[in-house]
Amino acid sequence: MSELDELYQEVILDHNKSPRNYRTLAHANRKAQGYNPLCGDQVTVYLQLEDGVIQDISFQGSGCAISKASASMMTAELKGKSETEAKELFENVHDMLTGHANSAEPEDLQRLGKLAVLSGVSKFPARVKCASLAWHTVNSALKAEEEVVSTE
Amino acid sequence: MKVAHEIVARGPVAEGFDVDRIRADFPILKEKIHGKPLVYFDNGATSQKPRVVIDTLHRYYTAENSNIHRGVHFLSEQATAAYEAARQKIKRFVNARSEQEIIFVRGTTEAINLVAQSYGRTLLKPGDEIIVSAMEHHSNIVPWQMLCEQTGARLRVIPINHDGELVLDEYGRLLNEKTKLVSVTHVSNALGTIVPVKEIVRLAHERRVPVCVDGAQAAPHLKVDVQDLDCDFYAFSGHKLFGPTGVGILYGRSELLEAMPPYQGGGDMISLVTFEKTHYNVLPYKFEAGTPHIAGGIGLGAAVDYLEGLDWQQVTAHEHSLLSYATTALSEIDGLRIIGTAKEKVGVISFVFDHVHAHDVGTILDQEGVAVRAGHHCAMPVMQRFGVPATTRASFALYNTRQEIDTLVRGIHRALKVFA
Repeated sequence: MSELDELYQEVILDHNKSPRNYRTLAHANRKAQGYNPLCGDQVTVYLQLEDGVIQDISFQGSGCAISKASASMMTAELKGKSETEAKELFENVHDMLTGHANSAEPEDLQRLGKLAVLSGVSKFPARVKCASLAWHTVNSALKAEEEVVSTE
Repeated sequence: MKVAHEIVARGPVAEGFDVDRIRADFPILKEKIHGKPLVYFDNGATSQKPRVVIDTLHRYYTAENSNIHRGVHFLSEQATAAYEAARQKIKRFVNARSEQEIIFVRGTTEAINLVAQSYGRTLLKPGDEIIVSAMEHHSNIVPWQMLCEQTGARLRVIPINHDGELVLDEYGRLLNEKTKLVSVTHVSNALGTIVPVKEIVRLAHERRVPVCVDGAQAAPHLKVDVQDLDCDFYAFSGHKLFGPTGVGILYGRSELLEAMPPYQGGGDMISLVTFEKTHYNVLPYKFEAGTPHIAGGIGLGAAVDYLEGLDWQQVTAHEHSLLSYATTALSEIDGLRIIGTAKEKVGVISFVFDHVHAHDVGTILDQEGVAVRAGHHCAMPVMQRFGVPATTRASFALYNTRQEIDTLVRGIHRALKVFA
């Protein structure tokens, strides 16, 4: 598979075309905005957090295929996860995107699950911020930070 | 979709212009990117450098390096002479009246900040107005906003129409007795529009309002004549003009520069320092505190020499032919929308698709060896005006070819296939 095919895998193209949980959340009790000043990508993540568990999650915004697909897959993955699990996953995804995850370790891949399709991004340094934007934003929502998150 | 103002469809190539000879002067054009020949269409961000500029930098650091305006030794005299010779070349290049009006700065951004902080801060009072246009780069917006915060002045904005042209009638209405300065771009970096600066200046001068021009995108494409434009300040960057990064020029009318306080304090900008009082140096040194980018200035002089050695009419015809060829070719692509369809344009084409984001286009083009800019081009208000988050921008220079535009078109089709 070429690097480009690895980046734009079918699953990613599908999430880009029909993003999951792409809406506002009326009963959200956490919300954060993420923004990539370098390219103008922006995302808002809505969370319904109860007793430390993400009961519901959604997002809205504008961005490239990578940022939209990453946000979409993230919402699908985080629903029902505890705050601690979400933070762990954030670290794992971050390591994967920046090329620090050891892909030979089956444990790592297992933890990442479906999100492993995003590993192709690590070969495109200019696109890492696109893929990580939604994750930085959810991390900020979990910390209940009010400020707009910037990837810069 | 067809553009509103199509130029000659696939018109003739510029006659007598030997693009292969020009290309041979730019070593980087022989590079391969991802195994494919480099197609460099990001000239609006920075241009490539001819060998003569690279050699000049090399020679300077190898045989001439020394500080300027302070040594009595041979090398210092050599370096000073070379630096001041570069100033002379640039003075001739923009047709300034005197070399005192040519101030070396870091780039266009610093030049505009200098005008804002020295000229603007001294002069502006609460309620005064500064006029900019809706197609400015952030570097011709933010320094004025900062100045407004400092002085209580207000920023007014000349709107643009759907083709990306200034609405001159609105400009006429914005000018009033509170207007203290107009600062506009000569060429839009995001849209390619050539702004009728001469007319802007004429109208401002009727009210004795000075005009500052951001020439960063114009200097590499148009023959700039500051006396003909009659502008009061003209700012441009060396690195977009085939010269080194980190050096740029502020042209300023000497009467204004004389009356302005220094922008920064330090060495070289003084004639006498005591703890009681400092006497400032004469123009242009008053605005050149500290050791400048000596090699950069000399390198920029070499770039100007290179450009002066070309037939400018042929260069313009060649770039125009590239623009019309690309406009036609891109307009034929299904779903592609060109942002910026002004009648008067330089070789810049910004475009969008409804279903494919500029970044994705940029990444896929990069795999084909094609370098374009994808994003908001540091002109977010322009993006907002056209209701798009970002565009893909191909910006041409004198060394580009029609074959390269064909490669761009093939790359765009590849991107569309990925997102089909």
